[in-house]
Amino acid sequence: MSKLISDKTKQVFLGPLSKNNPITVQVLGICSALAVTAKLMPALVMGISVTIIVAFSNVIISLLRNTIPNRIRIIVQLVVVAALVTIVSEILKAFAYDVSVQLSVYIGLIITNCILMGRLEAFAMGNKPWESFIDGLGNGFGYAWILVVVAFFRELLGSGSILGFKIIPKSFYDAGYSNNGLMILPPMALILVACIIWVHRSRNKELQEK
Amino acid sequence: MENIASIFVKSIFVDNMIFAYFLGMCSYLAVSKKVSTSLGLGVAVVFVLGITLPVNYLLQNYVLKEGALAWLGDSFKDLDLSYLSFILFIAVIAAIVQLVEMIVEKFSPSLYASLGIFLPLIAVNCAIMGGSLFMQQRQFANIGEATSYALGSGVGWLLAIVGLAAIREKMEYSDVPAPLKGLGITFITVALMGIAFMSFSGLKIG
Repeated sequence: MSKLISDKTKQVFLGPLSKNNPITVQVLGICSALAVTAKLMPALVMGISVTIIVAFSNVIISLLRNTIPNRIRIIVQLVVVAALVTIVSEILKAFAYDVSVQLSVYIGLIITNCILMGRLEAFAMGNKPWESFIDGLGNGFGYAWILVVVAFFRELLGSGSILGFKIIPKSFYDAGYSNNGLMILPPMALILVACIIWVHRSRNKELQEK
Repeated sequence: MENIASIFVKSIFVDNMIFAYFLGMCSYLAVSKKVSTSLGLGVAVVFVLGITLPVNYLLQNYVLKEGALAWLGDSFKDLDLSYLSFILFIAVIAAIVQLVEMIVEKFSPSLYASLGIFLPLIAVNCAIMGGSLFMQQRQFANIGEATSYALGSGVGWLLAIVGLAAIREKMEYSDVPAPLKGLGITFITVALMGIAFMSFSGLKIG
């Protein structure tokens, strides 16, 4: 086991969770991150789907990396990703139809999610399959936890529930509390991500821009 | 005709690609530092959307949709190929982007000089793919409506990116808290622009 997870591999996995997070540091995959976070459930499903797709497309491209002609590599990458996304989308339609309706076009948009192209170009084209797999998992989880945090706050403050269960007691509403409707609207996702970036960068000074 | 005009206006202001759906965010944030470059990227997006979306519309209605292959003969009448749509759409987009790049390079070197570097980026711009997927979802009546939707969305994206770039150019001179500098303040600016754009959502068109 010690051979399987060397120090470098561990770094490859842990880096994207914080210091090299795909959303807050690399600025990849923002499109879908913001649109699906009004509720926690779709955000979870989206996070898991992206993790699976990044990990496996990384492995496939890494296996093919020496045979892909350089000029058409973008198209090859897109086709591999599109095939994986189609599989995930069909599985979601079969087993979690409600969520797949909520996610609507954003599942299809995983194809053009910059995290995928970014990781394929930057990592899978130059590394062995096992490390690429770990890199994919790390970036997927790094993406997923931001989604989950944003969705948690938006659902809690916007609808007063978590995963559809009412959390805020009735007595609060009787005392004059009301849900913050602004939280449900798209712009709040941006402000929440900005807050995460703020906290993250004030703790990691080296990430601050000049 | 009225319908086409109302789809055009609606897709610019009400269903704005950036502020309502966050499509094309990655390049939106990365390339919005200067007005001139953002204008170039915006024009390229309008251009590519205006070409790919009608092509994908034809593909959707004559190949992919359930029963769309009826023109091939009776035995193809119940065929539903819509599960192939992701792969076909992205292949069409990637191919057209490559083609446009080659044509522009050949016939208009000056346009290529200003647009060229952005074209490869655009194949993976979510706004292009998103346009095609929304087209599939909304089932436009004819190709004219689909084209006007494509151009409208593109112009909406162009407006958004040029606006943000102009604000960011000015923001260079303001005193932003260090952790928020760069990315953080840009997110907040986009959010405020989005809230402003929401005032269009009550607009009754057509």
